Amino acid sequence: MSPLNKTKVDGNAAGLSSEKRLHDLVQTVMRLGKVAGAEETEVHLDETLDALTRFANNGIHQNVAEQELVVSVRTVLDGKAARVSTNKLDEDSLRATVESSLSLGQSQPKSPHLMLMPGKQRYPTVRRFAKATAGLNAADRAHAVRKACDLAVKEGQVAAGIFVSGQMQSAVGNSRGLFGAYRQTRAEFSITMQQEGATSWAKGNAADVRDLDPQFLAQRASKKARMAVNPIELAPKSYTVILEPAAVLDLVGFLFYDFSATAVEDKRSCLNDRMGKTLFGKNISVWDDAYHSGQLGAPFDGEGIPRQRVLLVDKGVPRNLVYSRGTAKREKKKPTGHGFMLPNEYGEAPMNLVFSGAKSSIEEMIASTDHGLLVTRLWYIREVDPYEKVMTGMTRDGLFRVEKGKITTAARNFRFNQSVLEMLRNVEMMSPAVRATGEEAFEMVVPAMKIKGFQFTEVTKF
Amino acid sequence: MWELAGHSLDVARLRGASYADARVMHLRQRDLTTKNGRVGTLAQSESIGIGVRVLANGAWGFASTDQLTKEGVGACAAEAMKLAKASALAKRSDVLMAPEEAYVDSWQSSFRKDPFELPLETQLDLLLKADAEMRRVKGVTLTETDLQFRKIDSWFASSIGSRIHQRKVISGCGIVATSYRDDEIQKRSYPNSFGGQHALQGFELVEEMDLVKHAPRVAEEVVALHSARQCPQKTGTLILGGSQLGLQIHESVGHPIELDRVLGQEANFAGTSFLTLDKLNNLKYGTEIVNVVADARVEHGPGLGTFAYDDEGVPAQCTDIIKDGQFRGYLSNRETAHLIGLARSSGTMRTENWNRLPIIRMTNISLKPGTWREDDLIAYTDDGILMDTNRSWSIDDRRYQFQFSTEIGWEIKGGKKVRMIKNPSYSGITTEFWNSCDAICSREHWTLWGTPNCGKGQPMQTMGTGHGAAPARFRNVRMGTAFGQE
Repeated sequence: MSPLNKTKVDGNAAGLSSEKRLHDLVQTVMRLGKVAGAEETEVHLDETLDALTRFANNGIHQNVAEQELVVSVRTVLDGKAARVSTNKLDEDSLRATVESSLSLGQSQPKSPHLMLMPGKQRYPTVRRFAKATAGLNAADRAHAVRKACDLAVKEGQVAAGIFVSGQMQSAVGNSRGLFGAYRQTRAEFSITMQQEGATSWAKGNAADVRDLDPQFLAQRASKKARMAVNPIELAPKSYTVILEPAAVLDLVGFLFYDFSATAVEDKRSCLNDRMGKTLFGKNISVWDDAYHSGQLGAPFDGEGIPRQRVLLVDKGVPRNLVYSRGTAKREKKKPTGHGFMLPNEYGEAPMNLVFSGAKSSIEEMIASTDHGLLVTRLWYIREVDPYEKVMTGMTRDGLFRVEKGKITTAARNFRFNQSVLEMLRNVEMMSPAVRATGEEAFEMVVPAMKIKGFQFTEVTKF
Repeated sequence: MWELAGHSLDVARLRGASYADARVMHLRQRDLTTKNGRVGTLAQSESIGIGVRVLANGAWGFASTDQLTKEGVGACAAEAMKLAKASALAKRSDVLMAPEEAYVDSWQSSFRKDPFELPLETQLDLLLKADAEMRRVKGVTLTETDLQFRKIDSWFASSIGSRIHQRKVISGCGIVATSYRDDEIQKRSYPNSFGGQHALQGFELVEEMDLVKHAPRVAEEVVALHSARQCPQKTGTLILGGSQLGLQIHESVGHPIELDRVLGQEANFAGTSFLTLDKLNNLKYGTEIVNVVADARVEHGPGLGTFAYDDEGVPAQCTDIIKDGQFRGYLSNRETAHLIGLARSSGTMRTENWNRLPIIRMTNISLKPGTWREDDLIAYTDDGILMDTNRSWSIDDRRYQFQFSTEIGWEIKGGKKVRMIKNPSYSGITTEFWNSCDAICSREHWTLWGTPNCGKGQPMQTMGTGHGAAPARFRNVRMGTAFGQE
């Protein structure tokens, strides 16, 4: 059940600067760039209005709000470019920022690879601003937190978590007439329930707070924390695992920076010499799709190029990379709208991942498992081997033993050392893909997965 | 700045705050990088604003703004009060603060060469030279270098009368060579991985590191790693280089001693700690030669955790964390000190920026030097592996079980480094590991390493921490697990 009634929303709300103000700021910077002698000028504006209520030990202990608008200017003169950012918006400060960018740029050798800035672009419309989220106040968040904490007290548990509501907008403009603006809201509720040394966790994240149900998440975490008490110690070895969507996203999130054309060019990608070859199971297809209904984010990239929908993995075969303007030119491709703000060394990355998924439920995965583990989430994931994409990390907040189709007990947390490439070859079942959120990777649309042969190497004390 | 900070405190007081503090901060940053002989990032930024923290109805509120006008900071203080009153709707108990004196002071970290005043051309030239030296070596497929400089001014004012201005200048530098060959990617870094060495110093840090001199060695080692022996899977003697030991201290001592983690305040994100309150003065953390301090004082060295006052106006201190192997102390703030029987905060509240609430953070968490010469440590090791320069790090959310891998290792046989080892890794349980430490090198081998990227808090804050360490030896350590599949 949602906490607020659902109504149609649009993109207007008090708090953020108007699009006219953004446009005016862009024009001011363009004028200052011209006066200062820049051949080309680009500006990014990023405005944030965020509030976060944090609770622990069944009470609010931190409650914060922030407001900022950052102007970031890149100028080009004589084949040299540099970026300078500030949050001082008076004309003198903006002039100093432009001049500083020019001066910084002149300190380097001329770059023969510098491209002209892109001209006007057309962006698909995306509506990701919810008045209900923008209008959420500290008392609203406190009441929701209070309910979650009351549940914990009633169940003999201890709750900790956050309730976030915020608005942001970004704009990009340049002296060749490009202008794009985007705004969105974000609501997020995350909760950890603790009971007798055991923990569990649930988290949700949406543009519209009415799509977020804190009490449902609290109940879910509470129920799983109760299941997680008295864990037994199992031997670390290879197991069949059922990874919930948050566990999947945090692990596979580390894979997709390798789909950057720059990463392949730099030979630091696991896709070196592997494009077009079967690398994953045939049941794995992945798109980058900023326009998917489960995604958030602007319809343009850091260079102002419209984001394209890109098929990254087609039935187990890595088919396409993503390209900034620079790599696209070098590789004779079209830019895909995934470039980072220039200058940078990393080029581009897909940030709106959507997995194909399948039709099984987690319950069906459990029912089909003779001997395995159900994993709520993973933690502290780091890369061990960049080419085989071996990642290490821990299970956290609810690891459960599955025997003969049923959850039988909680288990102590394991350390894994697992190749993500191998893992995606061993996926036996998948749920439909859903918008999921974790802590180690950005939000994406992923399924839960049942995977055979997942490598656990050590066990911890709880 | 004092006028704006003071106005925000007046607004908070008028609206009923029992305590308030305000931090105006001005941060300037310069980032320079090269990649494969070309300039990569060339960027500079500045950010200025105010964060106001208030205590009302026994609960906290914090608001921040970049609107540095009287109206802007007044509205910010009023917003903080609203948040505090909302917090009180779901508070667990009233916040109690340990007493502290009011201070009026101004302090600046010492540096010899202001990196923001030196010609950019000189800085870029240095990076391009180091980059070129690495690219000279056949087999290197990617070269990267970086410089980062920050200048941070903060004006802290509190309702008990403190007015403290601090200025810090921070520098960082590093180089990395990567090699891809035969389905294997190897990497070597200097002076440390993940951005290099960082310290509360000026450009003199960069000169001391001498990136150009070390570039050929880094490049040669990365190519040689392809032909090196794979790290064996075994339990045995491990020697850690200073920078890797610094990170080991960070993860397996620094984080578990944060009292907010211990008290469950970070349970949803960063995690909790195995160091529950009953373990204070009751846990043999390590062998008798293990002595760890949390020392933010200038005399400890120019670490990323060095300051004159923390971000709630408490003077820098040195606290024993592990003394002669026994667990002796936590990192605390004014709110939590009384919970462990302290009359005063240990002075570890730190904030990343004006728009973040100060939280308990590591200062300089350092392992005191031992007595060994590094040559002797090798010479008196019959069979072991020396591991150096971090490649990956991971530890559970209560800080028991860890696994680290490093860029390079050396097999030691009969007191000599006999050959290079690739893909080294080791793992263990925190207290078992520190209780296996049998040798620590002396002061001459001790370096105050900077970790610039420690993440904690919601919203996330990144903080720089310092970790003094000299190479040390550990017995019966599990090695080689990360790469050795079952």
